[in-house]
Amino acid sequence: MEDSTLVEIKNLTVWYRVYGGLLRVLDGVNLSVARGQKVGIVGETGCGKTTTVKAILRILPKNAVVPEGTIMFQGRNVLKMRGRELQELRGQGIAMVFQDPTAALNPVFTIGQQIMEVIKYARPGGKAKEWREMAVRALKEAALPDPERLMENYPFQLSGGMRQRVCIAMALATARTLLIADEPTTNLDVTIQDQVLRLVRRLVEEKGTSLILITHSLGVAREMTDLVYVMYAGTMVEVAQTDELFDNPLHPYTLGLLQSIPKLTGGGVTQGIAGRIPDYANPPPGCRFAPRCDQAMPICSERKPALFDAGGGHQVACWRFAAGGEAVA
Amino acid sequence: MGLGRFMVRRLALSLLVLAGLSILIFLIARVVPGDPARLALGPRAPEWAVQSLREEMNLDKPLHVQYYLWLRGLLRGDLGKSLLTRRPVMDDIKEFLPATCEIVLFSALVMAVGGILLGVLSASYPNSWFDNVVRVVAYLGIVTPSFVWAVIFVLIFGYIWPILPVIGRLEMTVEAPPVFTGFLLLDSLIFGKYEAFWDGLRHLILPSVALALGGMAQAARITRSSLMENMGKDYALAQVAYGIPWRVTLGKYLLKPSLIPTVSVMALDIAALFANAFLVELVFNYPGISGYGIRAMLNKDVNAISGVIMVMGVIFTGVNIIVDLVVAYLDPRVRLVGGSQSG
Ligand SMILES: Nc1ncnc2c1ncn2[C@@H]1O[C@H](COP(=O)(O)OP(=O)(O)OP(=O)(O)O)[C@@H](O)[C@H]1O
Ligand SMILES: [Mg+2]
Repeated sequence: MEDSTLVEIKNLTVWYRVYGGLLRVLDGVNLSVARGQKVGIVGETGCGKTTTVKAILRILPKNAVVPEGTIMFQGRNVLKMRGRELQELRGQGIAMVFQDPTAALNPVFTIGQQIMEVIKYARPGGKAKEWREMAVRALKEAALPDPERLMENYPFQLSGGMRQRVCIAMALATARTLLIADEPTTNLDVTIQDQVLRLVRRLVEEKGTSLILITHSLGVAREMTDLVYVMYAGTMVEVAQTDELFDNPLHPYTLGLLQSIPKLTGGGVTQGIAGRIPDYANPPPGCRFAPRCDQAMPICSERKPALFDAGGGHQVACWRFAAGGEAVA
Repeated sequence: MGLGRFMVRRLALSLLVLAGLSILIFLIARVVPGDPARLALGPRAPEWAVQSLREEMNLDKPLHVQYYLWLRGLLRGDLGKSLLTRRPVMDDIKEFLPATCEIVLFSALVMAVGGILLGVLSASYPNSWFDNVVRVVAYLGIVTPSFVWAVIFVLIFGYIWPILPVIGRLEMTVEAPPVFTGFLLLDSLIFGKYEAFWDGLRHLILPSVALALGGMAQAARITRSSLMENMGKDYALAQVAYGIPWRVTLGKYLLKPSLIPTVSVMALDIAALFANAFLVELVFNYPGISGYGIRAMLNKDVNAISGVIMVMGVIFTGVNIIVDLVVAYLDPRVRLVGGSQSG
C-alpha cells in the first residue's frame, strides 16, 4: 500500500496569529490520498478545510504558523521544500481550483493569456505555439464551446459556470498528479453545479489524477468520491470508504450532518446540530465536539480522542469507540 | 465595441465640453465689472481714444455678436489682440505656452514614473522601513503645496548646495537654439545644441520636481493600496499556486489592474499641474503661460484671458482623452462595454 500513497498528512497543526492572540485552527490533522483516488473533505463552514489544502500547496496566509506536522507528497516533505522543488510541486504536481471562479481569474487579462502563463511554468522550455495549442485543447476538454474564440475573451464576458470550467481547464491543461477542488460549485447556479462536478469527475478519471474535493454537502461527496473525511473544528473526526460512511456512520457529528440533509420522504422536520464551532482562541481541552455532543461522556471534555479503528479502514475519533477498536493514531 | 468607437464617442463628448467652455469663459471674461478698454489705456487717456479701441475690439456690439465674432476668429486660430502686450494673443501664447508645457510634461513624467515605482516598492515590502519612509514622505508631499517645495528648493539649491540652477530656463552664457517648436529641449536636439539641451534639462529639474511631488506622493499611495488589495485576491494566490514566479505575478498580472485607479486620479493631478505651475514659475522666475494668464486677469485683458483659458481647456480635454485611452487599454471592461468599473 505504501508506494501507492500520494499524499500523507500527519498531525498537521496550523495556527493563525491574529491581533491579541492565536487561533489554534488545525489540531493534528491526518489525511492520506492514494494515487488515482477521489477523496472528499466534508465539514461545516470554518472547520479548516481550506486551511488544510492551502497547507499542501504552501499557500497559507502570511499570519499562519505550522508548529507541527508533516505533509508528504510523493515521498517528500512539502513543508521542507524550497525554491526549485516547491516550484515543481506547484507547477507540475498539484493544481487547485478555487471556490469563486470570478475571483480566481484576473479581470484584465484574456483567458488565453492566463492559461498560457500557467502552462508556460508547468512546462518550462516550450514554445508559445505549443502553449497555445495545449490551452485550446484544455478548453475543449472542459466542454467549452468555441475554444479559439474563448482564448481572446475576458472573464467578465463569460458566465459563472463557464468561468469555473475555464479554471478547471487551467488546472488540468498539463498533467497533474493531484487536483484539489475547494468547493468548486458553491458559487454557481444550482442548475450547473451538477454539470461542473461531472466534468471534474470525468477529467480526473480520464487522466488518472487524484482528487481532493472539498464540500460541505454530504450528497456531493457521496456522488463524487471513494473516500470521505469528515472534519470538525480543525480535526478529522471520521474517515471511511464513501459507501461505508453512509451505511454505517459512527461519529455523533457525522450522524448530525446526515440528519440535517433534507429528506424527501418521511416529511419530518430536519434538525441541525445545536450550537456552533468552538472559539479557536480557546478551544475545548478534550474532544472539540464535546460541547455540542448529545452523547458526551466525562472523558470527552478532558482528553482528546485518538482515531480508533472501527474495521475495514473505517476510523473514528470518538471515545465511545475506544473500547471496540484499538487506537491507530 | 472596439477601441475605435470608444474613441469617436469620447471625442464627440469632448467637443461638446469645449463648446460649453467657450461660451462660459467668453461670458465670464466680459461680465466681470470694469471697462477693459479704459483699463488698457489708463485713466488719463481721452474718451475718444477709449471709444475707438472699444470699436476696434467690437466691445460696443451686443454680446451675442461679440461671441459670434470671437468664435469665428477662434476657429481660424485668431484669438484677438491682447490689450496689454498689443500683440495677437496667439503669438503670446505661442511664446509662453511651450515653456510651461515643457515643465508640466516633465513633471507628469516624474509624477507617473516616480509614483508608480515608489508604490510598487512599498507594496512589495509592506511595513518595512522603506515603506514607512515613503509613507511619511508621501503624506508630507500631499499636504505641502508645490510653491512651498519651490521655495525650499530655491533655498537649498540656491544658497546651501548649489548643484542645480534655480533661476530661468537657460544660462545666459549658453548659446540658445533657434526657436522652432518653442520647446527648448526639443529645439536644442533638433539644432544639435547639446550644451543647451543639458543646461535646459538642469533648469527643468527643480521646478518640475517641486510641481510633481504632490501628485507623485498621491500616485505612490494609490498604487500601493490598490496593489496590496489585488495581492489579496484569489487570482494572485492562484498564480502562486501554479508556480508562477512572484515577480511575474506582481509586475504583470497585478500591476495592470492596480494602475487603473492610479491613472484615473493622475488625470486630475496633471490638470492641477498647470494651475500650480504659476507660483512655481514665479519662484523660479521661469517664463511660462501661467504668469501671462495671471497678468491678463489682473488687467482684465479680455482676449488674453479667454484665449489662455480656451487653450488650457483644449489641453485638459486632450489630457483627459489620453488618460481615458490608457484606462481603456488597461481595463477591457471599459473598452468593451463602455461602462466604468474599476478593480
Ligand atoms: N488568515 C487568517 N487569519 C485568521 N484566521 C483565519 C485566517 N484564515 C482562516 N482563518 C480562520 O480559520 C478558520 C478555518 O478557516 P478555513 O477557511 O480553513 O475554513 P473552511 O473549512 O474552508 O470554511 P469554508 O467552508 O467557509 O470555506 C476559520 O475560523 C477562519 O475564520
Ligand atoms: Mg474554505
